[in-house]
Amino acid sequence: MSTADAPLPPDLRARIADLAQAEHRLRAASVSALTMVQDYFGWVSDTHLAETASLLGMSPADLDGIATYFNLIFRRPVGRHVILLCDSVSCWIMGRDAVCTRLQARLGIRPGETTADGAVTLLPIVCLGHCDHAPAMLVDRTLHGDLTAETAEQLADTLRAPTP
Amino acid sequence: MTISDRPLTAMIGLPDGPPDCAAYGRAGGWQAVRRALRDMTPDAVIDMVTASKLRGRGGAGFGTGQKWSFVPKDPAATRRKYLIANADEMEPGTFKDRILLEGNPLQLIEGMIIAGYAIQAGHGVIFLRGEYHLALERLNRAIAEARQVGWLGEDILGSGFGFEIHVHASGGRYICGEETALLTALEGRRAQPRSKPPFPQVGGLWGAPSVVNNVETLCNLPHIVTNGAEWFVSLGLGPDSGTKLYGVSGRVRRPGAWELPMGTPLRAIIEEHAGGIRDGYRLRALLPGGASTAFLDAGQIDIPMDYGAVEKAGSRLGTGLAILLDDRTCPIGMLHNLEHFFAQESCGWCTPCRDGLPWVERLLDAIENGTGEPEDLDRLHDHARMIGPMGRTFCAHAPGAMAPLASGLKLFREDFDTHIRLRACPLRHAA
Repeated sequence: MSTADAPLPPDLRARIADLAQAEHRLRAASVSALTMVQDYFGWVSDTHLAETASLLGMSPADLDGIATYFNLIFRRPVGRHVILLCDSVSCWIMGRDAVCTRLQARLGIRPGETTADGAVTLLPIVCLGHCDHAPAMLVDRTLHGDLTAETAEQLADTLRAPTP
Repeated sequence: MTISDRPLTAMIGLPDGPPDCAAYGRAGGWQAVRRALRDMTPDAVIDMVTASKLRGRGGAGFGTGQKWSFVPKDPAATRRKYLIANADEMEPGTFKDRILLEGNPLQLIEGMIIAGYAIQAGHGVIFLRGEYHLALERLNRAIAEARQVGWLGEDILGSGFGFEIHVHASGGRYICGEETALLTALEGRRAQPRSKPPFPQVGGLWGAPSVVNNVETLCNLPHIVTNGAEWFVSLGLGPDSGTKLYGVSGRVRRPGAWELPMGTPLRAIIEEHAGGIRDGYRLRALLPGGASTAFLDAGQIDIPMDYGAVEKAGSRLGTGLAILLDDRTCPIGMLHNLEHFFAQESCGWCTPCRDGLPWVERLLDAIENGTGEPEDLDRLHDHARMIGPMGRTFCAHAPGAMAPLASGLKLFREDFDTHIRLRACPLRHAA
């Protein structure tokens, strides 16, 4: 059984239940609960979506409507690292297309795909609020600015380096 | 608080990072919340903010005191009410609220306590965009410390007024910045805008009276309460009061954001603060306040950046952070980038926006890539005319999307014609 089909671990279930209880209505916790599941597994599988929905007293379809509405909830597996490369206007003016082209070549993937070694997923993202340091990208939770094709490529290489 | 000509950012950028509760107090913080809760009635706070002429800094520029005044008075305070900080900063080209959130979260917290007291709301929510990880960490730390010290919780300063704040990290969607969509998102539903009335002040979150204020708006409140409405009015250079975080991105020498008097001329912001256009480039046009504001021509930069002057020039102050188009960047490519954003971020609820914006994006893509036809310009004009005016679509998303397009069609007419005639982008390889 893969992790995608395994039940949610008890501590995560408990934290989601606590979160939901703290809200005015259970469903208000839906985005936060999905984020918790994603923080744990990297993405939200069908099994985990259904289990989370039952904790929130919602149907899986109802919760999936929310999961698929938001940019930051992943309903497909992603790599160990996720690069969110800004594709909005200031970064575009400052050369984000060249950065993207180089990352694609180096990683051998297109936006929306994950490298074969499971290390990196490359995704476009709307303006990251780092326009004074455009082009910018978010690697997992860390913001990087003033990118060039070279610096972006070096960053991507560090993500693929084997962990000691 | 020390009387400063840049009150919002006075404590930001210190070597030790954002101040903790004690350092914030030593630098003049907490005076305003003491004054409001001990010496002022809620109505007196509303009157003071109304007299200060503070206008919303999120883009629409609605009077803050007036916005609050629509909240029903409830002397028994038996109803739940909500004060919500809109920290869903997702307008392309905008990075001002992040500076305030990361740089001095306690300033926002103090502003929220004051606003909550004014409208007698016991519950505060910060609706934060999910990508702002550092802001989330710092806000949660600041809230926990403020709660521990007693600035949040029940019966603050023995006033009988209690206030709690929690942070909601969004799943990421531009439309959540629209206040009714934001409320829908907080209720755990797809964040589609709602029809008004009821206005949020009457029937907002879970149907309860709710006020949604932008982060920068709320951060002004401690300074207004401490120094007075007259002082705040005197900060502005023209008809609008206070200071503003202005900014510039694009090919300037020093892109950035600066707190300056409201009404600072656009030229001063670009040339003095941003250091002017980089060598080898020339300013062509600009969006004065984010992606959803209309283009201004390079010849229009002598206007003051206040609400009325920018509107008179044919655009909107918006967020006050300008995006510059230089002469070596293709204006059609820029419009295509902007409309891709708006098409992607349409919530899909109403047909003209859901289907119209992708159509516009495809037309611009065709023109930029050399397959555009002269009739495509008519279709673009049709869209600007049909879904540009407010009231043709459910919310302001499509009108916002059409602002750069309608102005761009006029300003860049020759570029459109050249692309269609040459069947190629003449600037594609120039940059």
